[in-house]
Amino acid sequence: MSFAITRQGEVVVVDVEGQLIVGNRQELKQKVLDELEKGAKQFLIDFSQTGYIDSSGLGVLVSLSKKIREQGGELRLANLNDDLQTLFELTKLDTLFQISDTRERALESF
Amino acid sequence: MGEKSVALDVEIPSDVKYIEKVIELAALRCRELHVPARKCSLNVRVALAEALSNAILRGNATGDGKRVRVRATVSDDEVVFDVFDDGPGFDLAAPRADPTTPENRLKEEGRGLYLMGRLMDRVERFTSEGNVVRLTLRRK
Repeated sequence: MSFAITRQGEVVVVDVEGQLIVGNRQELKQKVLDELEKGAKQFLIDFSQTGYIDSSGLGVLVSLSKKIREQGGELRLANLNDDLQTLFELTKLDTLFQISDTRERALESF
Repeated sequence: MGEKSVALDVEIPSDVKYIEKVIELAALRCRELHVPARKCSLNVRVALAEALSNAILRGNATGDGKRVRVRATVSDDEVVFDVFDDGPGFDLAAPRADPTTPENRLKEEGRGLYLMGRLMDRVERFTSEGNVVRLTLRRK
């Protein structure tokens, strides 16, 4: 379980390598906040390698989305599998995030 | 209901770093029992992750030397996951805010019990050898 951070132009892309759960959510939060502090505004989190997210992981995404928006930025998500899509629908978080089915579409949407 | 058998019985130290391994083991047993793949990959993994993190972070709290046990029993119709901790337990029936309303959607917390309830057919809590949260999932 780890997070790889790369840049695609102005966009900070975070690849979640494994599940996003209570044991690693703080690591994701800190990595994104560090980039935000350095001045990044556009963030994409790619879940193509993620099987599931627990409630604390969903909570961190909500918290990051708020903090990024407060700084005038945007957080978008990509590559949710069917299970993740269902989780976002059950919690109605699909209404809070802009979700793309591919990384390329997400990058184009900024 | 037919005969029940134990499909899984594991005990872990009260530390969130062990959660993922237990969940993968439970999901594997679930697939071996021919429970539909979607239920194994989504319902079991997420609901059990919530029950385990509750047991470790809220039930056992400080956790020094404490342990959490997960036991799964299976019958013809259901898989039942019992998660044991040493905490005082909590009132499952207590009123809770709906995390899906527009005003609550922006909150970081408050989705754990809601997800357990949505992903399992029954969620119960009782006291027996400590605090037990029981998650029941129909096999079909």
